[in-house]
Amino acid sequence: MSADLVIILTAVLVSTASALVGTFLVLRRMALMSDAISHAVLPGIVLAFWLSGGERATLPALLGAAAAGLATVTLVEWLTRTGRVKNDAAIGIVFPALFSLGVLAVSFYFRNVHLDLDAVLYGEIAYAPFNILSVGGRELGPESLWIMGTLTLLNLVFVLVFYKELKLSTFDTGLAAALGFMPGVLHYLLMSLVSITAVGAFQSVGAILIVAFIIIPPATAYLLTQRLPLMIALAVGIGAVSSVLGYLFAILLDASIAGMMATVAGVLFGLALLFSPLQGLVTQAIRRSRQRQEVAARLLVSHLAHHDRPVPISEVQEEFGWNPRFLQRVQEVALRAGWVQLEGTSLRVKAERIAKNL
Amino acid sequence: MFDLLSQIFTDYTLRNVALGAAILGGVGGVLGSFATLRRQSLLGDVLAHAALPGICLAFLLSGSKVPLVLLVGGGLAGWAAALLMLTVLRYTRLPEDSALGVMLSSFFGFGIALLTFIQHSSDANQAGLDKFIFGQAATIVAADVVTMAVLGGLALALVALLYKEFKLLSFDPEYLSSLGYPTRGLGTLLTSLTVVAVMIGLQTVGVVLMAAMLIAPAAAARQWTDRLGKMVLLAAAFGASSGVIGAVLSASRENLPTGPLVVLTASVIVVVSLFFAPLRGLVWQWVREARNRKRIRLERILLDAHVLHNHGELSPQTLALRRRTSLPVALNELKQLEAQGWTKQENGRWLLAPAGHERAHRLEQEMRGLPRLEARGVVSPTAEKDGAL
Repeated sequence: MSADLVIILTAVLVSTASALVGTFLVLRRMALMSDAISHAVLPGIVLAFWLSGGERATLPALLGAAAAGLATVTLVEWLTRTGRVKNDAAIGIVFPALFSLGVLAVSFYFRNVHLDLDAVLYGEIAYAPFNILSVGGRELGPESLWIMGTLTLLNLVFVLVFYKELKLSTFDTGLAAALGFMPGVLHYLLMSLVSITAVGAFQSVGAILIVAFIIIPPATAYLLTQRLPLMIALAVGIGAVSSVLGYLFAILLDASIAGMMATVAGVLFGLALLFSPLQGLVTQAIRRSRQRQEVAARLLVSHLAHHDRPVPISEVQEEFGWNPRFLQRVQEVALRAGWVQLEGTSLRVKAERIAKNL
Repeated sequence: MFDLLSQIFTDYTLRNVALGAAILGGVGGVLGSFATLRRQSLLGDVLAHAALPGICLAFLLSGSKVPLVLLVGGGLAGWAAALLMLTVLRYTRLPEDSALGVMLSSFFGFGIALLTFIQHSSDANQAGLDKFIFGQAATIVAADVVTMAVLGGLALALVALLYKEFKLLSFDPEYLSSLGYPTRGLGTLLTSLTVVAVMIGLQTVGVVLMAAMLIAPAAAARQWTDRLGKMVLLAAAFGASSGVIGAVLSASRENLPTGPLVVLTASVIVVVSLFFAPLRGLVWQWVREARNRKRIRLERILLDAHVLHNHGELSPQTLALRRRTSLPVALNELKQLEAQGWTKQENGRWLLAPAGHERAHRLEQEMRGLPRLEARGVVSPTAEKDGAL
C-alpha cells in the first residue's frame, strides 16, 4: 500500500469516527466538551506512559487517556452541578489545568523520549505508514489503520445499535428518561466513545486539532440539513472530503497535514455558511430580495387593476417611487408570471387576473 | 524560596518574566470577570487560539519578528474570529458552543498549517514563532514588558472609564439599551479589550492556555464576594499573584515552563476558593448540610419520645419498638437527646425534660400548622427560620 494512501485512509477513518460521535455532541450542545476531552487526553497519555515504564505502548495509552477524558467530563459536570461556576467556565477551568499538568510532565520527565510537544500539536500522521503493527512476527499493516478502523467500527456500531435511543435522548431527554431509556447511561457511553476516539486520533492529528474533526464537519452538516440521518451522512462526507483535500494542499504547500485538513474543513464550513440552501447568508439575502420583488409585483398588479387603460411605466414609477432598476425587475417578475402585459411603454393588467382578484 | 523572591528584584530575566505574568494576570482577571459574568468565558479561548494564524500572517507579510507587530496581527485575527462567530450566531441556528468550537479549531488549524509552512520554507529567521503556542516567558525582555504595560494600562483605563456601562452590560443589557446606550457597540468594545488581554498573554502563557488566565482568576474571585467591584479587584489580585508565583516556581528548577505553572497556580487558587471561600465555599455547604441532617434526625427521635412520654412509658424498650430499631440503638438515641438537654433520667426512668417538651410541642405545632397556613399562602416564620439554619 502506498504511503499516500495510508495517510489519506487514516485521515478519512479519523474524520469518520469523529463525525459519527461529533454529530450528537453538536446536537446536544456539548461540542466544547470535546475540546476539554482532547486537551485532557495529554495528561492521560503521559500517565499511562509513565505507568507502563516509558514504553510507547498503545493499549495503556488508549486506556489511560480514555480514563482522563471521562474524568474531565465528570469533573466538569460536577463543577457545574455545584452551582458555583457556570458550565462554560467549568470547562475553561478544568481543561487548561489538566493540559498544563500534561505539558509540565512532558517537558519535565520526558525531555528525551519520543513524546514531544510537536507530536501533541501536529500529530504524526505523516509517519502513519511507517508504524507497522505486527503480531507474532507477522506484519499486519499500518498500526494507525488498525486503531482508527476499530474505532470507526465501534462508533458506527454504537450509532446504529442505539440510533433510536440516541435520537430520542438528544432531542427530548425528559421523554427518554420517562420511557426508561436511561439517557444518563447513554450520555456517559457517548462521552467514553468521544474520549477513545480523541485518544486514537491523538496520534494522527494531535490533541488540539481533534476538535476540528469532531466539531466542524457536523456543524457544517447542521447548516445544510434538518434531518438527523442526512446530517450524519453529510458530516461523514464533509470530513472525508476535507481529509483528502487537506492532504493534497498540505503536500502542495509543505505544511502540517492535520492543520491543513482543519483549514479545509473550516473553509467548507464557510462555504456552507454562505451558500447553504437552508440558512446560508447569500441564500437568505437572495430569498429576501426575491420576496421583496414578488410583493412589489403583486402591489403593481393591484395598482394596475384600478385602471381601465394601460398605465405608462413612468406613471407607475411616480406612484411608487421605486428606483428604475427595481421597477424593471418587478416588471419582469410580473410579466413572467403573466399578470400584466406590455403595451408600448405602458403596462396593462391581464383580464383573467382581475377576475381572479389577485 | 526566599532566595527566589529576592531574585525577582535582582535577576533580570526573572524580573521581566514575573512582571509580564503579573500584568497578564491582572488584566486577564479584570476582563475575565466581565467575560465570565456575560457567559462568554470560552470566547477568550477562541480569541487566543485564533491569534495563531494572525501571528503567522503578520510575520509572513512584514517579515519582522518585533513582538508588537506579531501581537497586533494576533489580535486582529482573534478579533476577526469573534466577529465571524457573532455573524454565525446572528444568522444561523447553529448552537453557540458549536460556533465557538468551529472558529477555535479552524483558525488554530490554519495557524498550525501556516506555522509549519513558515518553518519548512527556507526563511532563516523563522525560528521561534512556535513559542506563542505554549508561551516562552524566558524570551521576554524589558521592552516587551513595557509594551504589555502600555497595552494593559490602556485596557484597564478604558474599563475604569466605562465601568458603570460595562457593569450594566454584564447584568442587564436590556436596561442598558433602554437607557439609550449602544449595547452592541459596548459589547464589541469589551470583547476587543479581551483581545488586548489575549495579546498580552501570548508571549507568557501562549494561545492554548490563555483561556485559563481569563477564566480562573474571575471564577475564583466570584466565590469570595457578590459585589462586582470587589470581584474585579480580587480577580486582578489573584491573576497577578498567580503570574508572579508561577514565574518564580518555573525559575526554581530547569525545564519548568512558565505558562503551565502560572495556569496551575491559578487553578489551585480556584480550587481553594471553591472549597473554602466564606459563604459560597463547598466545605461550609457540606458542614451545613450535615448539621441539618443531624438536627432533623434528632427532632424525629424527639417527636417519637414525646408521643411515648404522653401516651405511655418512655424507655429504651418502647422507643426501640416504636422506631423499629434495636435496644442499643434506642438507648443511644435517648442519650443523644439527653446531650441536647431534651431528656433526663430520674431514678433509672427516662423522662422528657422541659426543654424537650417545649421543643416537641413547637415542632408539633409547626407540623400541624404548616399545611393550613400554606394553604392560605402564609409560611410559618419559625419554619422558615429553622430551614435556613
